[in-house]
Amino acid sequence: MGGVATTAPVEVDQPDVDDVTVADVPWIVIVWNDPINLMSYVTFVLQKLFGYSRDKATALMLDVHEKGRAVVSSGTREEAEADVFRLHEHGLWATMEKDGVGRPGT
Amino acid sequence: MAFRRRVERRRDGSFVLRLGDDERRLLGSLPGQLAALVDAEPEDPWLQRLFPTAYPKDPEREQEWRLLMSVDLHERRRSQLATLAETAGATSLTEEQLHLWSQALNDLRLYLGTRLDLSEETTDEDFADEDDRDLFILYSWLGQLQEETIEALSRALPPGGGPKLLPPDPPPL
Repeated sequence: MGGVATTAPVEVDQPDVDDVTVADVPWIVIVWNDPINLMSYVTFVLQKLFGYSRDKATALMLDVHEKGRAVVSSGTREEAEADVFRLHEHGLWATMEKDGVGRPGT
Repeated sequence: MAFRRRVERRRDGSFVLRLGDDERRLLGSLPGQLAALVDAEPEDPWLQRLFPTAYPKDPEREQEWRLLMSVDLHERRRSQLATLAETAGATSLTEEQLHLWSQALNDLRLYLGTRLDLSEETTDEDFADEDDRDLFILYSWLGQLQEETIEALSRALPPGGGPKLLPPDPPPL
């Protein structure tokens, strides 16, 4: 891009990047491994609640099973709370925290 | 050899249930027993998996969460357990009812598994106490039935994924 502007600049509504990144640092929803929930049930619930494909839900379930936890969704605090509530309703062991806090290896 | 599934999806989207009388009696009585425990002793440590912590690192938010959510979560639990008990004698279920079955079967397993302090490797030989061994056998039977329930329900889910399922009536945030 370059050259001489030949038209008056047009004012464009742009999202305020600072607002997005500062106020809405995403919350993440974590599902933890437990010895009771069936692997098939965890996969099924992730498909059902989040609309994930069977492959994606299976990969997340295996993460939970093998690594002990997996981040299954993220969003605003309200969205994360709604997800946690539905996961609890379905008996999964889910918690939420601000992204970047307490990740494995940090 | 033909294996007759206990839970099977019909073409019309409903689900057929092939269960014995003893199985139906158990499914009719267990949910009420658990619901009574939840009502009487909600802080019972054996029930902790039914009401997990949402904010393990933030006691203040956790307290707020419990205030806002625990009534709703109790209500949902009671309702899914009641559905299982009330339809334990049915030979056919709607998809919605079977979803509630899968959740209620899981509630029963969470309670029993916590009470028996299970690990993933536990077998019935690990229990010297006869009552505990019986509970473990019950737990395993519930798990098998739940496995069949999930298999039947999974056939109705789009394998490639679909829209996120929104709560029917969102919790009051």
